[in-house]
Amino acid sequence: MQTIWGWGGAMLRRALENLGNRTIQGIWRMGFATRFFFAVLMHSGTAFRRFGLTIREMYFTGVLSLIIILVSGLFVGMVLGLQGYETLQTYGSEEALGVLVALSLVRELGPVVAALLFASRAGSAITAEIGLMKATEQLSAMEMMAVDPIARVVAPRFWAGVISMPLLAALFSAMGVLGGYLVGVQLIGVDEGSFWAQMQSAVDFEQDILNGVIKSVVFGVAITAIALFEGYDAPPTAEGVSGATTRTVVTSSLAVLALDFVLTAFMFRGLN
Amino acid sequence: MNRTVLDLWVGLFVVAGIAALLFLALKVGSMNTVNATDSYEVVARFENIGGLKARAPVKSAGVVVGRVDSIQFDTQLYEAKVTMRVNKRYPFPKDSSAAILTSGLLGEQYIGLAAGGDSAMLKSGDTLKITQDAVVLENLIGQFLYGKAQEGSPQ
Repeated sequence: MQTIWGWGGAMLRRALENLGNRTIQGIWRMGFATRFFFAVLMHSGTAFRRFGLTIREMYFTGVLSLIIILVSGLFVGMVLGLQGYETLQTYGSEEALGVLVALSLVRELGPVVAALLFASRAGSAITAEIGLMKATEQLSAMEMMAVDPIARVVAPRFWAGVISMPLLAALFSAMGVLGGYLVGVQLIGVDEGSFWAQMQSAVDFEQDILNGVIKSVVFGVAITAIALFEGYDAPPTAEGVSGATTRTVVTSSLAVLALDFVLTAFMFRGLN
Repeated sequence: MNRTVLDLWVGLFVVAGIAALLFLALKVGSMNTVNATDSYEVVARFENIGGLKARAPVKSAGVVVGRVDSIQFDTQLYEAKVTMRVNKRYPFPKDSSAAILTSGLLGEQYIGLAAGGDSAMLKSGDTLKITQDAVVLENLIGQFLYGKAQEGSPQ
């Protein structure tokens, strides 16, 4: 009996130790991530003084993401057109198809889906690149040459992501609206005039489009910051880099969805 | 990759992104939001506003001339106090009237402004004297039934 109690006590103790260790680790990592984020902001001067560096990274994060963003946007818009028509038709208000497609794209789907694609297309690439740079000691070599890796490698990638993300989201929404137009007006035969006119009277520049842009900027900051931190923090092994890449996609996707809820709650609460 | 080719691609990307934003702003949305500088505020009181919401359009002769700014409940008079912003380009006479109307059978509700005949124009902060409440379906049915019952009753 005594031994069973002792055994159970040891188990409990180990479980508590484990929990405490995890909590401390989590808080330590969060503090490290915050300090890293501020270090990136503090060392952003180079990213703007030598804007060529940022442009180079915009090519890799922005231009190379164009294909996936444009094609996905087109298809999402086309699906919205088909599904929206099916539902609206039962109420005899097919003309509202434009409103449905435009509002759902501009407010939600454009920023969120573009951000999710951006996280898996560009975020994972950033993490893998920086993690590998660290694993092959390129970052240490830079420090040896008195080049700050945060200013030279990390900050340009951060600003490239922050600038690219709203542009990609806008392209996604525009392609989606075009897709909805193609399916709704050209294929199904919704009246073209009322499609555009109802859309224009329902979509507000400040309330809908500007809020969508703000959302995508916030997502851009979150995704690139997470991707850069995971890469910078990755254990310098092949396993470590692959784990960090996976964590980037998972964490930034979750962050995008959670932030989207918070932002939506703040932006559209006062409407009614 | 060559530096200039890279620059060109990024330039194209930025131009395409800004073009998409412009497309969204001009073609998908309407830029003509009524802001505080080029509009004046008009207050109207209603006993029942039905389903009217903030940002609903204010129309006159079917043309959108402004938007509903806010809706409050007045605890002194137990009435709804609707504040709307009307574009400065459209001055209305002081004795104009406001009615809450519905677009289509199931459409959204909006405020219809009907111009009066006064030579003085509405100023910012003025209150419209003549208003017409929203039609409540239940009241309408009640009136109809009441009328029917009266018709059928022996005099």
